[in-house]
Amino acid sequence: MHLLAIDTSTSAITVALFDGSRVTAESTTLDPRAHAEHLAPGIRDVLDQAGVEPGEVTGVVVGIGPGPFTGLRVGIVTARTFGFALGVPVRGLCSHEALAHQAWLAGRRGGLLVATDARRKEVYAAEFTLTSTGSERVGDVLVSRSTDLPEHWRVLPTVGRGPLLYPDSLLGGIPSGVVGSELLDVSAGALGDLAARRWSAGEALPTAALEPGGGFDGLEPLYLRRPDTQPAPPSRKSTLG
Amino acid sequence: MADEPLVLGIETSCDETGVGIVRGERLLVDAIASSVDQHARFGGVVPEVASRAHLEAMVPTIERACRDAGVALRDVDAIAVTAGPGLAGALLVGVGAAKALAVALGKPLYGVNHLASHVAVDIVEHGPLPEPAMAMLVSGGHSSLLLVPDVTHDVRSLGATMDDAAGEAFDKVARVLGLPFPGGPHIDRAAREGNRIAIDFPRGFTSGRDLERHRFDFSFSGLKTAVARWVETRQRAGEAIPVADVAASFQEAVVDVLTRKALLACKEHEVDHLLIGGGVAANSRLRALAQERCDKAGVVLRVPRPELCTDNGAMVATLGAQMVLKGRAPSDLGLPADSSMPVTLVQA
Repeated sequence: MHLLAIDTSTSAITVALFDGSRVTAESTTLDPRAHAEHLAPGIRDVLDQAGVEPGEVTGVVVGIGPGPFTGLRVGIVTARTFGFALGVPVRGLCSHEALAHQAWLAGRRGGLLVATDARRKEVYAAEFTLTSTGSERVGDVLVSRSTDLPEHWRVLPTVGRGPLLYPDSLLGGIPSGVVGSELLDVSAGALGDLAARRWSAGEALPTAALEPGGGFDGLEPLYLRRPDTQPAPPSRKSTLG
Repeated sequence: MADEPLVLGIETSCDETGVGIVRGERLLVDAIASSVDQHARFGGVVPEVASRAHLEAMVPTIERACRDAGVALRDVDAIAVTAGPGLAGALLVGVGAAKALAVALGKPLYGVNHLASHVAVDIVEHGPLPEPAMAMLVSGGHSSLLLVPDVTHDVRSLGATMDDAAGEAFDKVARVLGLPFPGGPHIDRAAREGNRIAIDFPRGFTSGRDLERHRFDFSFSGLKTAVARWVETRQRAGEAIPVADVAASFQEAVVDVLTRKALLACKEHEVDHLLIGGGVAANSRLRALAQERCDKAGVVLRVPRPELCTDNGAMVATLGAQMVLKGRAPSDLGLPADSSMPVTLVQA
């Protein structure tokens, strides 16, 4: 298999190819405001590195967030369109689960908080338990001010950029014993590894319906916020002064 | 592919998700998904709502375009996409999809200018463009007069609106009159029953020093305010508002200025073909008055059918195909979406 993994939910534009047992190529660029510029060159780059033709890709997995909307959509539309063009399945996974899996792959065990930048002075956050067999999310993914997160979350070791942005409220900090910089943003390699493990374990991952008129159940972005909109005001201001 | 390239074009600069496919200078399909209904209650396009709708509509619209045209994606020779100008978040969905197609299919990518695409689309409707042509683009986001020696790489801006776009003025006046969004079609309809010389609304930049300094520029903000004041004065006096007459007189003021300046530009630049594009080109009075004045001036008027005047993917595919036909190099895969892409930059 050649699984293409993509995530644009954090500051990293990250792409990897996974052959079922290991990451064969990975490309990551840090640029929180230019996801569309770097993603397609990154895909071409990993294909070239691994010597894989686009037509040999057997599936796509994409991080569906949560993350800043504009960048997040670039990854999801790219994954959906790439998969559609090649007629291969596209699967979505929560990006926070990829970050937790990264910590698990780095050897971390026990309780873990994933807290990523949601802008507007808020974080996206979720609690995980890491055991010898893998990571498991406990409860929902939230968007909130870091100070409003549950007390017991804020003292957990934390991955994602949350602790760098809000060190006074996310007290657990980056977990000890791992190289911190690797756990700030999602790695597509970890996303691909997680997808392949779940896939081979027989877990049904959400798949884009490639049939005409099919929807994208499970490949919807985890927006967690509604668009900022205000209905047009009923009365307009006077033009007569 | 050399003489008849098969090109798929994607347009997502505002609230229409458009995917068009052309073969050379022949239109095969123009598939559109619009989110306009989701914006109506907000009185204008909400960027985040538009971006979300683009994401959901993107693949289904590509799929529908291919099916209706009987084209397999792998047979496409090149991908074209609107790189700007437009809403940044909206543009990025189309640019992301186009790049994914280019990489997956191993095809060249052309990032093109939205405004130049509006000019180019008339090639699939009325044949090759005369070089140079004069083009007037009027929509909710733009009001521009362009001199177009070569639509694939040489587009010159003669003037543009200094404040509201023409279509924006239609939306705002529609609100004053209690008509729904988008205002253009509703004002057009109301105006058919009205007297267009009932009220003498102002014509911006059409006389004296204004005309000298802003020869081919437009201003519609003063007109919009004049309409609002006229209406409010009557309302305060407890009088009924003659909606049809206000709509007709306002519309006449807009199309009078547009056509007058477009023909002045044709005359001064010695161009004998005028092309009108953009959503406002669907306005029936603009089409009628432009035809009347062009006939009088000996200028050939070209206006695509209304579906090709509003935003669509066919126009992007058309311009992309012209670039292939003229041997222009493809864009870099790293091309950005440029929300304020200048009209003079035809290719990103």
